Amino acid sequence: MRTLDKYKLLLIIWLAFGWIGVNDVSAEEINVQEIVFSHIQDNYTWHITSWNQQEISIPLPIIVKSEERGWNFFIASRLHEGNMHHGFYIAKEGEHAGKVVEKKSTGEEVRPLDISITKNVLALLLSCIILTSVILGVARWYKKHPMEAPGGFVGMIEACIFFIHDGVIKDNIGKDYRKYAPYLLTVFFFILLNNLMGLIPVFPGGANVTGNIAITLVLSAITFIIVNVSGTKAYWKGIFWPETPLFLKLPFPLMPFVEFFGVFTKPFALMIRLFANIMAGHTIILGLTCLVFISVSMGAIVNGAMSIVSVVFCVFMNCIEILVACIQAYIFTLLSAVYIGLAKE
Amino acid sequence: MSLLTPDSGLLFWMFLSFGIVVFILCKFGFPVIINMVEQRKEFIDQSLNAAKQANEQLANIQAESAAILAQAKEQQTAILKEAMQAKERIISEARDQAITEGQRQMEKVTQQIQEEKEKAILEIRSEIADLSVNIAEKIIRQKIEKNEEQQAVINRLLNEITLYKS
Repeated sequence: MRTLDKYKLLLIIWLAFGWIGVNDVSAEEINVQEIVFSHIQDNYTWHITSWNQQEISIPLPIIVKSEERGWNFFIASRLHEGNMHHGFYIAKEGEHAGKVVEKKSTGEEVRPLDISITKNVLALLLSCIILTSVILGVARWYKKHPMEAPGGFVGMIEACIFFIHDGVIKDNIGKDYRKYAPYLLTVFFFILLNNLMGLIPVFPGGANVTGNIAITLVLSAITFIIVNVSGTKAYWKGIFWPETPLFLKLPFPLMPFVEFFGVFTKPFALMIRLFANIMAGHTIILGLTCLVFISVSMGAIVNGAMSIVSVVFCVFMNCIEILVACIQAYIFTLLSAVYIGLAKE
Repeated sequence: MSLLTPDSGLLFWMFLSFGIVVFILCKFGFPVIINMVEQRKEFIDQSLNAAKQANEQLANIQAESAAILAQAKEQQTAILKEAMQAKERIISEARDQAITEGQRQMEKVTQQIQEEKEKAILEIRSEIADLSVNIAEKIIRQKIEKNEEQQAVINRLLNEITLYKS
């Protein structure tokens, strides 16, 4: 009896999806690529939804410096749908498609210095504020309760901190680990928080922060600097005069070249790994969601079936993405610790 | 591929905000937490050690008290044993003394008896002598009758005997 009810419910949902589909059949052809790319790339407005042809979004400030007219500061909604404001507009095509460009007095289209608070920047700032307040809050709890064991949220954060601190940092860096622990912990929690925020579909989440190469570039660049600054004599010797047969080093320095190349590939791999994993996750979830809209033209029944498939797969992918969010944060921290440990040996 | 070219604006903001976050958290965040937790760990370790030591001390005290008790018991048995020995010694000494005393008494008595016996023998002897003298007299008297001198001797002798006997 119970199972029968469940099947009935499923059928009703299916038909309901189909009915919605039928009603929207008039909608124009959907460009999945555009939807996905507009999401995983940065944006000047934080689009939330459209309601009755009315776009609901958070307009963000645009800060640009033009060579001719200096600093300009205005709201992104001024540039809505190709409008021009003080000679600035969002390019539709060309090299700078989707970015704010400037029409110079000579008629030339150039890209001004652009430090606008874009969607990713806002998401980044929000998660920075959340991260700082959470960790400082936990630190304050410890100051208020000396020699006490925390429970609840603080206990959870403590468990995470010491999972990384003892299991990753201490084990991989060795005796000098104390100096590096705060930075690596910050990196871990920063990536974890941004990954998880990205999985929340609506504001303040949903931005593809760690899936943006600029973010991972800065992270891996800092790791690169730390690794090479803390490199010992043995580390540099291992790069320029590695322990290999002499003919691999002289007359043509093949192995030193390979080793030197490795110095850059390591952080480069860090950067690409995090960026690609998170971006791919966002792309897959968006693609699966778009299944609903793609299958509209295939009729009510197919559309209903595809909708159910899409929801099921989205749930599944979101679960995997939560796992990936944790794993990627862990791996970035682990590999950074390993590289620092290798450089200090 | 604009996906793979980092945007300068985002780079700037990322560098700025992440730098600030790293600075704040490395100064006031994680070191504080790690220090406090390590202090707590140390404190717990110390407390555990102290508890362990206290337990050990307690065990020591218990062992000591047991040892003292055992010693006391040993002493008690030793004292009892000694007392027993003393008792036996006293008893045996007393017995020995009693025996020697008895022997001494016995000797004395024997000696007395001997003396008495000798005295008695002497007496008997004198009695016998008397009796024999008396007998002799009686025999002699039949021979020497009516003789004055003899009468006198007899009287005298009689007197003597009576005197002696009284």
